[in-house]
Amino acid sequence: MADKLRLQVVTAERVTFDDDVDIVVAPGSLGQLGILPMHAPLLTTLGVGPLRVRQGSEETILALTGGFLEVRDNRVIVLAEAAERAEDIDTARAETARQRALTALKEAKTSTDSLLAAQALQRSLIRLKVARPRHRPPMPQDRG
Amino acid sequence: MASLRQIRRRIRSVKGTAQLTRAMQLVAASKMRRAQAQVVAARPYAEKISQVIADVASQTVTPEGGALHPLLARRAHPQRVELLIVSSDRGMAGGLNTNLIRAAAQQISQEPAPVVATAIGRKGRDWLLRTGRELRAEFIGIGDRPAYLDIVPVARVVMDDFINGYVDRVDLVYTRFVNTLVQRPIVRRLLPVEPAEADRQRAIEYIYEPSPEQVLAELLPRFVEVEIYEALLEATASFHSAQMVAMRSATDNANEIVNELTLMYNQARQTSITTELIDIVGGSAGIGVR
Repeated sequence: MADKLRLQVVTAERVTFDDDVDIVVAPGSLGQLGILPMHAPLLTTLGVGPLRVRQGSEETILALTGGFLEVRDNRVIVLAEAAERAEDIDTARAETARQRALTALKEAKTSTDSLLAAQALQRSLIRLKVARPRHRPPMPQDRG
Repeated sequence: MASLRQIRRRIRSVKGTAQLTRAMQLVAASKMRRAQAQVVAARPYAEKISQVIADVASQTVTPEGGALHPLLARRAHPQRVELLIVSSDRGMAGGLNTNLIRAAAQQISQEPAPVVATAIGRKGRDWLLRTGRELRAEFIGIGDRPAYLDIVPVARVVMDDFINGYVDRVDLVYTRFVNTLVQRPIVRRLLPVEPAEADRQRAIEYIYEPSPEQVLAELLPRFVEVEIYEALLEATASFHSAQMVAMRSATDNANEIVNELTLMYNQARQTSITTELIDIVGGSAGIGVR
């Protein structure tokens, strides 16, 4: 029996993550979603949020914005619109983006404008959150 | 024969050209390497997404046999067809755009239905305007390093045309990057999306969240975008390779001309020296100097 999952996080521009892992917690569009080895085949859309990965005692967090997640045969494929590791995030840029999104949100005239601004704000917030974790809830433990 | 001064001027001018084409060759070579790396980097995403679509292909048809999503809908007799032509903004790349345009023209002549077009790149756009074809949209100035976001509006235009029923099929025309010396224009189906043949062995039941329809509704537009993005990256790599090769042969030609001209110059110089000597010798003989 397999006790590891193969996780691949791929964006249109590069492969961000490709390794064997113990558990994946992903921001599914219907809420957080934990995937352990031997998970049933699944295809879901993803929202904006942190993708948390545990390998042994080591934990990696990626900032994820939108995309899909497929599980089959102990392989998890994440096709993300954007995915960044905490260490790759430019906090200064994310902060500027947050300010810009806030201004845009205030000045938005149409509903499309405010929706776009809200999405941009969400993206900048998740980047900041992943880059500077303050209160990180403990990772769910293996039941085995 | 041209005068010494004229030859000297030509040598200088050809040398200038050689310097210029040599510089362009080096720039194109470094851009080509980057563009190739981009093509390679984009491949896994494209492979994975088409694999996922193939995996769900068994569930892309409703029980009544209709398509589960408008982007999958096949229409039997196309009333109008759209070509998305990916060319380069700049020239000086040998036969690259000529070959691409020839492939597009051939496709148009074989097509029984009327053809409209969308252009990425100035060269294709100019050709479409010259031939008076209906241009749905043009995307110029994307540059040497295309980003995924650059093609999102392109995908929007062609998907809207298809979903609204303005066109019944969309084909993608671009230059595939085979290697540094070979770039081949190809025409490929873009819409409707045709999932790869589902592998019976792989066909399994998925849990869909929120629902198969919604997953497909997000998956398919992404897939179309990725196809266009890949085509643009390949076209960009092709452009830089073709330009590098064209500039290399231009540099070689210029150097060859410089050699010929230099030979001609030396011969002319020698001739003129000989003539002058004969004049001097003849002149001194005339006045009886010994």
